[in-house]
Amino acid sequence: MLSPKIKYLLYLADNALILGHRNSEWCGHGPILEQDIAVTNISLDLVGQARNFYQYAASEIGNNTTEDSLAYLRDVREFKNCLITELPNGDWGQTILRQFFFSTYQYFLYTALKDCNDEQLAAIAEKSLKEVTYHVRWSSEWVIRLGDGTAESHQRMLTALDNLWNYTGEMLIPSAYEKEINEALAIKGADSLAEKWNRKIKEVLEEATLPVPQSAWSQQGGKEGMHTEHLGYILAEMQFLQRAYPGVEW
Amino acid sequence: MQVAENDIVRKVRALLETVCDPEIPVLTITDLGIVRAVHVTDDKESPDIEIVITPTYSGCPAMDVISMQIRMVLLEAGFKNIKITQVLSPAWTTDWMSEAGRQKLKAYGIAPPASTQSVCTPDAFQAEEAVQCPQCNSYNTKLISRFGSTACKSLYQCNDCKEPFDYFKCH
Ligand SMILES: [Zn+2]
Repeated sequence: MLSPKIKYLLYLADNALILGHRNSEWCGHGPILEQDIAVTNISLDLVGQARNFYQYAASEIGNNTTEDSLAYLRDVREFKNCLITELPNGDWGQTILRQFFFSTYQYFLYTALKDCNDEQLAAIAEKSLKEVTYHVRWSSEWVIRLGDGTAESHQRMLTALDNLWNYTGEMLIPSAYEKEINEALAIKGADSLAEKWNRKIKEVLEEATLPVPQSAWSQQGGKEGMHTEHLGYILAEMQFLQRAYPGVEW
Repeated sequence: MQVAENDIVRKVRALLETVCDPEIPVLTITDLGIVRAVHVTDDKESPDIEIVITPTYSGCPAMDVISMQIRMVLLEAGFKNIKITQVLSPAWTTDWMSEAGRQKLKAYGIAPPASTQSVCTPDAFQAEEAVQCPQCNSYNTKLISRFGSTACKSLYQCNDCKEPFDYFKCH
């Protein structure tokens, strides 16, 4: 049975790893070279953040657990990432919109975490926040360009919004372990996360001439290990080498 | 027992000056400001050496190579008990880059980070700081992409000499 703190660290790590992995699928496929480099740089930042959280989780778990065993040797039901991070990339517009939704969440979350009373968690959050600030800027600029762009880009953003919106609520509805950690580590601002997220999203969608969806229903389960079928395929690809050749290094 | 500054610390620091960033080889790790502390125990024969480093970006792939290089130069110099510790806080900032480092970057064709930290907020379409072209010194330059060939750089182009260049972005 994992402690709430370990679950929470794995939640933060899994979000960053899975979204980082999804973004890395764009490597060599971006619409133009500069943006291909941008999305893979964001991927690198996210995987780096995931490593920091996994290393911390591993030190808390003990028993020879390592960042690698956490990333490569856990199965679907043990992953705690939000469903939105594991959804397929879709087109460029959908990738950008997902990044904007998720980076905005990470921005307000890390802002709160950097002042919590756990020194190592605060340090990782402080470090990550500088990177995520760039991600929010970059992704929101693209949401605005594409939403307020051509008829086709606008239409594609409407489709992306429709595909993703029901997955956004999960980020903002705290699981039992998040509630315990918010309390235990005195994470100030955790209660106002949803309000801040909604305000920022509304501001950018309006500038992008996109409607703010009113549907409040949200698809959930990821935080408790209940995933879509997509995560299994991600893990099959990501974990193959370590499963086939345990302990291999190169 | 630890001492503030002695011959061994000076020798270790001089050795660290020879370790270069594998991605931007004109910069040493001390130019970059990623060496945060050098601790040496007071034992002339076989002191314990601890080097405290901090990454530029969370996912910087150079950190593992840099740790290995630090260990190598210290081993070659005869030190045995070497520990390399990574700290994350306070988070690295380009303000820690040395003046010599900034000049070396410019000579290498990479615009150095602006010396005063620009306000880093998530707002879209902010006015960008004026970045000077490392080739012709013009400030008439434009941002091509906020993300460049490595995590620490942005892509710019000079409107005067037309040369594209990397900018070591403020962080
Ligand atoms: Zn020029």
